[in-house]
Amino acid sequence: MVTSTVNRVDDATDQQRASASPRDPKGLTRKQRHWRENIAGYGFLTPWLVGFFGLTLVPMLYSLYLSFTRYNLFSPPEWIGFDNYIRMFTEDPNYTQSVKITLIYVLVGTPIKLAAALGVAMLLNYRDRGAGFFRSSFYAPSLIGASVSVAIVWRAMFSTDGPVDNSLSFFGLEIGGWVGNVALVVPMMILLAVWQFGAPMVIFLAGLKQVPRELYEAADMDGAGPVKKFRSITLPMLSSVVFFNLLLELIGAFQVFSSAYIISNGSGGPAGMTNFYTLYLYKRAFSDGQMGYASAMAWTLVIVVAIIAFVLFRTSKMWVHYQGDNR
Amino acid sequence: MTQRGDVWVRDDADQERVPAPRPYWNRKRITTAIWFIAMAALTAIVLYPLVWLIFATFKDNSEFGQNPALLPEDPTFDNYAKVMEGIAGVPLWRFFANSAVIAIAATAGTLISSSMAAYAFARIRFKGVGIFFTAMIGTLLLPFHVVIIPQYILFNNLGMIDTYWPLILPKFLATEAFFVFLMVQFMRGIPREMDEAARVDGAGHVRTFASIMLPLIQPALVTSAIFSFIWTWNDFLAPLMYVTSPEKYPVPIALKLYNDQTSTSDYGATVTASLLGMVPILLFFLVFQRLLIAGVATQGLKG
Repeated sequence: MVTSTVNRVDDATDQQRASASPRDPKGLTRKQRHWRENIAGYGFLTPWLVGFFGLTLVPMLYSLYLSFTRYNLFSPPEWIGFDNYIRMFTEDPNYTQSVKITLIYVLVGTPIKLAAALGVAMLLNYRDRGAGFFRSSFYAPSLIGASVSVAIVWRAMFSTDGPVDNSLSFFGLEIGGWVGNVALVVPMMILLAVWQFGAPMVIFLAGLKQVPRELYEAADMDGAGPVKKFRSITLPMLSSVVFFNLLLELIGAFQVFSSAYIISNGSGGPAGMTNFYTLYLYKRAFSDGQMGYASAMAWTLVIVVAIIAFVLFRTSKMWVHYQGDNR
Repeated sequence: MTQRGDVWVRDDADQERVPAPRPYWNRKRITTAIWFIAMAALTAIVLYPLVWLIFATFKDNSEFGQNPALLPEDPTFDNYAKVMEGIAGVPLWRFFANSAVIAIAATAGTLISSSMAAYAFARIRFKGVGIFFTAMIGTLLLPFHVVIIPQYILFNNLGMIDTYWPLILPKFLATEAFFVFLMVQFMRGIPREMDEAARVDGAGHVRTFASIMLPLIQPALVTSAIFSFIWTWNDFLAPLMYVTSPEKYPVPIALKLYNDQTSTSDYGATVTASLLGMVPILLFFLVFQRLLIAGVATQGLKG
């Protein structure tokens, strides 16, 4: 009895508001409005929802299931428990090798790339006039870097008697081609990644433009040197940008595929030195038909990436300062 | 005379007070000059591979591995003539046409589906918006290799292997979260009054979206279109998995054919095909560089 009265009162005010307020010209009750918002929301979201469930979430779960099976596409998946994972970590030297070079690539390449990006961004920030052309030139490799064309060029440039070999010979360094050299092919891949420093550089530069000039002027008055200014102003003010770049570049680096594929002709050679994680995964799945094993590899990668993201987000509270935090 | 003498004396004193004319190369100018030289040197290093590639396309096959110089000894257009013939019995233009069809369709799909999803996330208060938004951000970080095997099985079961559907269909389902996110950010920057005014006039969400929101987010749509086109044009993994007959190959897979045969000889054709494969992207870049760079910059700051 009481509740219904309350409801009725509520409805009445709602209707009054509806007819009085310009916010709802159609004179709908709140319930009807919610209903309409829900229909509109899910209507607009339908393509994304189909994609999310049909091409991401359900496939992910199916891949998790497959990782516990033996499956070659032709006969039905056969449940083998943790065998794929155990085999991966204990019996597969190719996997160990693949993890090793991928980690070297990620852990050495990403910091160098980000340092280059930050360094060049700071140089560019020195001056506005004339900087636009240089900024564009430095950004260009990021746009084409992942393409097959660039991988082919890279391969040619670092081959025996290629331009790199020749200029090093000029300085007395006779090291030959990098592509076939077990010790040099990973550094060559890292150079290819570092060459694409433009995208994080653009992000760093936009961040640098937002650092108030007064901070540096104040530091000048206090007699702070360039190193002190960098450590006490630039880095803290840029920390959220550093965080963003670090997260995206780390995750991106784990997924290097097409350049490794092209440079090694799909073999991952020499001696497995370009057998990067996703290339090995691809070969296991589509050359060897080991869908279960490859799925286990994929899930291991997801877990590693999730851990990295989690650690970064967790520790970010200690080193990332958002502007306006201290207000 | 004495007065003149006075003037003389005064002038002299004045001149002493005026500082001596500065040398042209003062500290500031020197720093700027060093800056320009350093930047130009860095640009030369960064763009060297591209410059090398352009000149290499005019080198005769015999020069590869013999002539270390940047410039060809005996410039020739042979490589271009040869590369036009194509590879594996398919003319070169066919690969470009294939790539264009895929990239245009994928871009259209991305724009439609991503702008719809972004509108729902940014402007409609419906039940579940929070959790789905979080999920969308999650897919932004998800290594997509975890879904390629199940997706392959799915498209295989649907009989879509060796068609363009596996390359295009996902784009119509907003699977590239980057674009949804970019548009959400852009829409959030647009004052709510703009679309609420339309709602007051009795427009539903569909009309508000189509006639108010879409024109307002035009810069984000253009940026997304260019990135989507370039990324699809460059995409290697998906066509490698799904497209099997040579006459359907897009450019990157055709380049792989050239690359596979490089070991046997034809360097000239391979580098020439590589350069031509990049031309559409470089053109886009030259025309839209400011827009692209602005797109990258805002992503970083708002992310």
